[in-house]
Amino acid sequence: MGFEHKDLLGTRDLSAIEIRSLLESAESFKEIAERPLKKVPALRGKTVVNLFFEPSTRTRTSFEIAAKRLSADAVNMSASTSSVVKGESLLDTVDNIQAMAPDIIVVRHKFVGAAHMIAERVGARVVNAGDGANEHPTQALLDLLTISEHKRLGPGLTVAIIGDIAHSRVARSNIWALTTLGVTVRVCAPPTMLPRELEKIPGLVVCERPEEALAGVDVVMMLRIQLERQDRLLFPSIRDYARIFGLNRQRLDLAAADAIVMHPGPINRGVEITSEVADGSRAVILNQVSNGVALRMAVLFLLGGQSYE
Amino acid sequence: MSSNNSSLLLKNVSLIDAGQNRDEKNLDILLQAGKVAEIAPAISFAADQVIDLDGAWVMPGAIDLHVHLREPGFEYKETILSGARAAVAGGFTSIACMANTRPVNDSAAVTRFILEQAAVAPAKVLPIAAISKGMAGEELVEMGDLSAAGAVAFSDDGKTVANSKLLRHALEYASLFNKPLLCHCQDNALFADGVIHEGMISAAHGLPGIPTLAEDIDIARSIMLAEYLKVPIHICHLSTAEGVRLVRSAKARGVKVTAEATPHHLFLDERAVIDLACGEVLDDSLKPEQLRYNTVTKMSPPLRSVVDVRALREALADGTIDAIATDHAPHETTEKAVEYELAPFGVIGLETAVALGLRLIKEKVLTPLELTARLSLAPAEILGLDDRGSLAVGMAADLMIVDPELEWTVDPEKFYSKARNTPFAGWRMPGRVVKTIVDGKVVFNL
Amino acid sequence: MSQTEENSVCSAQDVEQILKRIAFEIVERNLALEKVVLVGILTRGVSLARRLQKIIGETANRDLPLGVLDITLYRDDLSSATHHPVVRKTEIPFSLDGVTVILVDDVLYTGRTVRAALDSLIDFGRPQSIQLAVLVDRGCRELPIAADFVGVSVPASAQDRVMVRVEESDGFDKITVMPRDSTSGE
Ligand SMILES: [Zn+2]
Repeated sequence: MGFEHKDLLGTRDLSAIEIRSLLESAESFKEIAERPLKKVPALRGKTVVNLFFEPSTRTRTSFEIAAKRLSADAVNMSASTSSVVKGESLLDTVDNIQAMAPDIIVVRHKFVGAAHMIAERVGARVVNAGDGANEHPTQALLDLLTISEHKRLGPGLTVAIIGDIAHSRVARSNIWALTTLGVTVRVCAPPTMLPRELEKIPGLVVCERPEEALAGVDVVMMLRIQLERQDRLLFPSIRDYARIFGLNRQRLDLAAADAIVMHPGPINRGVEITSEVADGSRAVILNQVSNGVALRMAVLFLLGGQSYE
Repeated sequence: MSSNNSSLLLKNVSLIDAGQNRDEKNLDILLQAGKVAEIAPAISFAADQVIDLDGAWVMPGAIDLHVHLREPGFEYKETILSGARAAVAGGFTSIACMANTRPVNDSAAVTRFILEQAAVAPAKVLPIAAISKGMAGEELVEMGDLSAAGAVAFSDDGKTVANSKLLRHALEYASLFNKPLLCHCQDNALFADGVIHEGMISAAHGLPGIPTLAEDIDIARSIMLAEYLKVPIHICHLSTAEGVRLVRSAKARGVKVTAEATPHHLFLDERAVIDLACGEVLDDSLKPEQLRYNTVTKMSPPLRSVVDVRALREALADGTIDAIATDHAPHETTEKAVEYELAPFGVIGLETAVALGLRLIKEKVLTPLELTARLSLAPAEILGLDDRGSLAVGMAADLMIVDPELEWTVDPEKFYSKARNTPFAGWRMPGRVVKTIVDGKVVFNL
Repeated sequence: MSQTEENSVCSAQDVEQILKRIAFEIVERNLALEKVVLVGILTRGVSLARRLQKIIGETANRDLPLGVLDITLYRDDLSSATHHPVVRKTEIPFSLDGVTVILVDDVLYTGRTVRAALDSLIDFGRPQSIQLAVLVDRGCRELPIAADFVGVSVPASAQDRVMVRVEESDGFDKITVMPRDSTSGE
């Protein structure tokens, strides 16, 4: 298996072979969740620090469970308890953590490139759990793992990503991973949330209307709308957004008959997706969550299993 | 400016001077009492000092319209003295320093303080006063008093003068004293929380973008004001193709608009944000560790697209862009060693600008004569410095001696500037400033 | 790899005979066959376990449940492994509580693989007993582990390489011994 990186910072840097072998490996880890004793000794004695500068209970918990099921010692450092609030710089904080000799640092940060900066600084292996609007590789990989349970991941598959593309690291990581595997990706957002020059990315189709993006599509990926952005003049009202871009029964009927519906969570019910669809038979949102643990186990094992030379 | 009577004879010189339109080999130049005394094929004069240059280039000292010297207020980043040392090491003999110090240079007292500090500096330091008090964009500074104290121009650089009525009055009032207004053009609402150029890199990496539009709208506004009022205006650090078009068409209509471009905007594009090396073969030992999202690529205006860089180079060649200015913006290393989005804007440029100018010659963008026009003649004209910008007999003996074949590699640790925030670390340069002379005295010797 | 330097210990025919014998011994030793399950260690142990399952099915008329075990996550050399070990799927779709597990592998060498397998099995439940069946015992144990059913004992030094090839993975059955230098690695 060829994973030649010290860190997992983004799906942008991964080859198709690396992505597929990660997914394959994650497939093997799924079974552990069904055991009576959900723990293997693979990372016994290793320390995983979850360094979260931005609150995210879901992602942090998922990494924590993954680390613990591998028998690693998982330590959580959240922004409120860390020294960042005391005016210490990111590198100071990271130097301090490095001095405690962790094996893996999982980083969530509100700014682009924070994980890269840390990875450059420390000997520990770094997993990017989200840096600003840039990347969230484990989310994209677990999304791919979920898709692969229902569809053949590769050329011929079409995925629609709908929502605030401009500010979404989930969208970016999915775009890189999916296009690397030859999947056609359609993106759709209000023009205020669609980055300029996005159409320059190969394999990407930019759609103006959700109806256009959804037509005959195999996978629908809805993004979370950050409601607090509303006062940044990006959309006039939540109601207006939901009316035009929300996924409801009628819109979903435009997709392929066996299309699946995904959402990275947490859902704003009635905004980007109606409850009827979110709880419907085609939604695989909870599979995404359970796959998250398996995928993150695979990543932690891959990085923490041995030292990097 | 000392009035000494010592003399210095430069033998075997290749003179390149746009002011005299001369690009000639095998000349001698006699400098006497701080001025250019004679230029001839063979001067026999018992000078106090004779230097044989063996064919090296002599060019008028570069004049930088746009530097930030950080004193008073931020002496940990740079001082007037350290900035001036960096200047002469890079071939600059006069540097005009922006007003965004603490306190802001909005009063004669601050202007005089700068000039006092500059008395011992090796380069000539020209204070630029603010346009508005405290650079708050509300009230005009006392332009008369500041002019009398020695301010050479007015600028709220770092900020835009958002209030068009204030900008109008500033333009009108400054014209009383024949002082130019240097405009940092930026529409604040469109600029918003942007950190890099809005384009393919911001789209792909999720960094907040700064649209070219934010600059272009304000350039258009500035030009319209100058045209309406029939007064001169100078556009700082032009970075966009559309900005170039606006300046070019305004010049064609006879508007008295001038513009500058920085070396970093002429050599780097948005891709440097994700790969600092970006096509350049960097010296391994000097290469920065972090090539992606390195904050030495963060400045305002940001590194633009390839298309914009091409337009800037064309505009520099055809004279639409009058001057090269560095926008030398020193920051302490730890201030830049933070998250990209949190890092301060700005890079330093005094010690690399002329060498990059020599690269522009190598890359056939400019001729040697055009380079001296952009580095010396035009800046002197824009600031109304009658005694500088050319080496005609009678002008100040401010010059740089350049070895056009002396290759070197940029090593920030060897900079005279206090700061290290250059995007050019590890770059190979084709030629180098080997001596700098101000008022007839050698102030820098490699 | 050069075939000439290989010293063939058992042919395909021999292997078939050996497996029949082991199957017979398993049946002989475990009268309550309804409480016996087979667990093969990936990769070749699984193939051998399948064959034992088939033979026992035919001779004793009993289909033993078959599990697949990947011991990667239980290895004791993970941090020193130079190449990243591939994790494959463990499938034990039945309870191990109270049953007799026949653990099947191709070669018994240092005993470390079996140690890992035992740890793993115990995480799945509490078997009544675990018995070990191997096709080849080549000696050189590093842990106090012994097999209950041994196909063939091949005394080999640590420098030698004992290879078991099975039809399912390699196209043919064969057990060979060769000097380590002559191999291109597995
Ligand atoms: Zn500026």
